[in-house]
Amino acid sequence: MDLAGLSVGWYLALSVALFAIGGVGLLVRRNPLVMFMCVELMLNAVNVAFVALGAGLNDVGGQVAVFFVLVVAATEVVIGLALVVAINRRRSGATADDVSLLKG
Amino acid sequence: MAEAVFVVSAVIILAGAVGVVASRNPVHAALFLVQTLVGVAVLFVLNDAHFLAAVQVVVYAGAIVILFLFVIMLLGVDKAEELRIEPIFGQRPLAAVVGVSLAAVLGTVVVTGADVLTGLRRAGGDRALDGDATDIERMGRVLFSEYAFAVEITAALLTVAVVGAVVLTRRASRSDGSTAAETAAQET
Repeated sequence: MDLAGLSVGWYLALSVALFAIGGVGLLVRRNPLVMFMCVELMLNAVNVAFVALGAGLNDVGGQVAVFFVLVVAATEVVIGLALVVAINRRRSGATADDVSLLKG
Repeated sequence: MAEAVFVVSAVIILAGAVGVVASRNPVHAALFLVQTLVGVAVLFVLNDAHFLAAVQVVVYAGAIVILFLFVIMLLGVDKAEELRIEPIFGQRPLAAVVGVSLAAVLGTVVVTGADVLTGLRRAGGDRALDGDATDIERMGRVLFSEYAFAVEITAALLTVAVVGAVVLTRRASRSDGSTAAETAAQET
């Protein structure tokens, strides 16, 4: 990529690190809100990779993909937070472990 | 110059990400998330995706994080979580192993495949990034021609999400006048 003098590999390395941190956070944290934030971190890692590869390939498709990821992230947060509110209404202070009561 | 911007924003992004995972208070985690999102927006500008950088700040930092903060405020879950105790035995080491192996696998793919990926082809026509059009004009042309069906599906998805959120959170009124939440409180 001659656009910014940086090779795409650096962006992808950053994307990998961000994705791994988000994944570890999703596995470790118990607060459902913080778990959602970690999902947002992982989505952003993918966005960085999309934009960098799009610039490397001289293709607007990467930016279009990020656009759709943004829309899906917004709907995911809306539904997820609605679920968190609905669960907290019945059991206040519920963590992700408490939801294991859902199994039969 | 671009290298310096990249290094600084990479440090900001990774520090924010570690802050989200490690902060005990959800409000602090949300603010660290803003830090990461703004750093990603800087990287978008560095790649000449100015429209996406603006959308990133407005939609992510402006709308999504504010939504998180509203829910934290409404539910009153801003109490600090005790991170030192490990609720499930062996969860942390296993998560670390999974994270490191994930990074190793993806890193191998990047190291071996990045040059192959970026050397494949150069796009032409409306899709090429080096034309005269601004990035927002270019995205608009491609979105409403090639991806028009996906845009329509997106509209349906947003509608379903709004209706779903309303259905999930509204208190259904019963025939005796009490709300669903009151009934639930009586049951427990």
